[in-house]
Amino acid sequence: MAESAPLSLHVPEPEVRPGGTPDFSNVPIPKAGSVPRPPVDVDAKDIRDLAYSIIRVLNRDGEAVGPWAGTLSDAELLEGLRHMMTLRTFDARMQMAQRQGKTSFYMQHMGEEAVSCAFRKALLPGDMNFPTYRQAGLLIAGGYPMVEMMNQIYSNERDPLKGRQLPIMYSAKDFGFFSISGNLATQFIQAVGWAMASAIRNDTKIAVGWVGDGSTAESDFHAALVFASTYRAPVVLNIVNNQWAISTFQGIARGGSGTFAARGLGFGIPALRVDGNDYLAVHAVAKWAADRARKNLGPTLVEYVTYRVGAHSTSDDPSAYRPKEESSAWPLGDPVLRLKAHLIVKGAWSEERHKQAEAEILDTVIAAQKEAESHGTLHAGGKPSVRDMFEGVYAEMPPHLRRQRQQAGV
Amino acid sequence: MPRKTMIEAIRDAMDVSMGRDDAVVVFGEDVGYFGGVFRCTAGLQQKYGKSRCFDAPINELGIVGAAIGMAAYGLRPCVEVQFADYVYPAYDQIVSEAARLRYRSNGEFTCPIVIRMPTGGGIFGGQTHSQSPEALFTHVSGLKVVVPSNPADAKGLLIAAIEDPDPVIFLEPKRLYNGPFDGHHERPVTPWSKHPLGEVADGHYAEPLGKAAIRRAGSQLTVLAYGTMVYVAEAAAEETGIDAEIIDLRTLLPLDLDAIVASVQKTGRCTVVHEATLTSGFGAELAALVQRHCFYHLEAPVMRVTGWDTPYPHAQEWDYFPGPARVGRAFVETMEA
Repeated sequence: MAESAPLSLHVPEPEVRPGGTPDFSNVPIPKAGSVPRPPVDVDAKDIRDLAYSIIRVLNRDGEAVGPWAGTLSDAELLEGLRHMMTLRTFDARMQMAQRQGKTSFYMQHMGEEAVSCAFRKALLPGDMNFPTYRQAGLLIAGGYPMVEMMNQIYSNERDPLKGRQLPIMYSAKDFGFFSISGNLATQFIQAVGWAMASAIRNDTKIAVGWVGDGSTAESDFHAALVFASTYRAPVVLNIVNNQWAISTFQGIARGGSGTFAARGLGFGIPALRVDGNDYLAVHAVAKWAADRARKNLGPTLVEYVTYRVGAHSTSDDPSAYRPKEESSAWPLGDPVLRLKAHLIVKGAWSEERHKQAEAEILDTVIAAQKEAESHGTLHAGGKPSVRDMFEGVYAEMPPHLRRQRQQAGV
Repeated sequence: MPRKTMIEAIRDAMDVSMGRDDAVVVFGEDVGYFGGVFRCTAGLQQKYGKSRCFDAPINELGIVGAAIGMAAYGLRPCVEVQFADYVYPAYDQIVSEAARLRYRSNGEFTCPIVIRMPTGGGIFGGQTHSQSPEALFTHVSGLKVVVPSNPADAKGLLIAAIEDPDPVIFLEPKRLYNGPFDGHHERPVTPWSKHPLGEVADGHYAEPLGKAAIRRAGSQLTVLAYGTMVYVAEAAAEETGIDAEIIDLRTLLPLDLDAIVASVQKTGRCTVVHEATLTSGFGAELAALVQRHCFYHLEAPVMRVTGWDTPYPHAQEWDYFPGPARVGRAFVETMEA
């Protein structure tokens, strides 16, 4: 018998750590327009390569090219630009509000604005998103009032969730936005269940599940793919790969699989990869996947390749685990600047109008913030009642909770 | 009135509920075509179609997670976890999601689901087919926990659970499926057809959640029990000659504290019996409540008789199971204290 060499454990590492020079040369970026657009009733096995490529529409010159272009009018693109700019401004103001002690916690979208803003425009009224904490673009682009979001962030007297949830864990049923849990990936399988229910009732609505690159490692992700595959649920399953799960680079969750989208292949689920910083590409892919679901063709798995420019949350400092300059080296650029450039190339926009829009948006956000703050912030002004803490655990308060509420003197 | 086994009564509850409300759907492992390993869902797929009753992949997390999504949509899923011992992969979905959805969304989304699972030992199931995990659920705000002890209750409580606006954990003592097992494993069990509580009314009726039942009126000692232990306690009372008042809690959460307090204030003594392990078991909650609300009426410490704090063994099943002899000794001890 041959002698065995000692084994050793493989622990993946990112290419570069703080102090190093950012290097994304290992991230192959296909040319815009180069990935084919299959019909929506395609067999998953015939588009396996789409799980390893990146669908892109906007090229370096700001032109929309290839078979995935043309899903949006100029007016719709201008609206999309405004949504992304609004989200960015909203984030900046709320980030600052957290630093000023007006709330305990915040999570921003910097660099990822296109994903949720563009996706939202592919949905119809009644469809339901099961979002994570970094898809507030679904609300902004869906017309949800910013002041309501801020009331929630401030846990003030107008907080629609009565102070029960961590800031940004919104719930907005009428806007197709399921209550954010805060536990990771749990809502992915729930989206599949919601979609199954829609199919059971012969409804026409579809569901959308959202998960981050890191959370695909959760068992809930696997459960969602099994159920979606088995019952051909009318659901779009979105993976937002922003490269970083707090301090953990995406390779720890991805392991030996080439891409996250490739996870769908073993389940027979059509899987696409898309440039998450390209508003047009995100919308085109979202529409393709939503059409599939609506035509009862079953689930689609989509990986949005993007980059988390900001910290994970207000409690995180990325300089401890990645080079500071990494975001500027990210090869897919900035989603706002790319759409802006495209609209300028088309003659539908200008630097001047952009500046003007920035100022208008800032005014709108500040006005909403003032209104929200008039109803209180976490540590000042109006707040939800202590009585509210005991309400809503059950439809009807059981005797033991009633006794505890009395004990608490409320 | 027709006589039914507990399995038939549970099936009848789902049948009646599915017939009345097409939002009720039933699924789980082996639940569809075959009708469940304990046959609780037999015939439902044939009667209501594959989109109302179907087989699920072996993924308890997925079964409960999908049910939560369906409930958020507006359905009323009643799902089966094949054995309570298999529920742990779904625990996060139950604790962090189902139980809190109403609260965290301020009622925008609710979770009217029922999670049925066979519980308890006595069938030589070893450590993976015998556990009683009720305390893992009573500890969670937002859940309701039901443990029926007979066919008549099982049907009414399950209908109430399905109609309840909040998530309900429905634990079915599997040793009671075919008869009121009293712990005398050396004797054949009396079938439900020969027991008055095997009489199950046809059609729709709901037993309200949160109401205990007095199974044996007595004056000397209050016994708090649920599920299989109700019959073990009855046997222990007969065999010791102690005039015990046996309360079948039926619902652990919400708990019928009024019934408990009224009985203990009358008898002055209390023994708590459950099959689950002792430490941090539901008996600890009951003992704490009794001392808090009945302290000045108590003439003896509240005694607990439970499974030992070991995994549920295979060969030593009847040494682990708190049978009538052990329960009877606890009664005597409580009386003599």
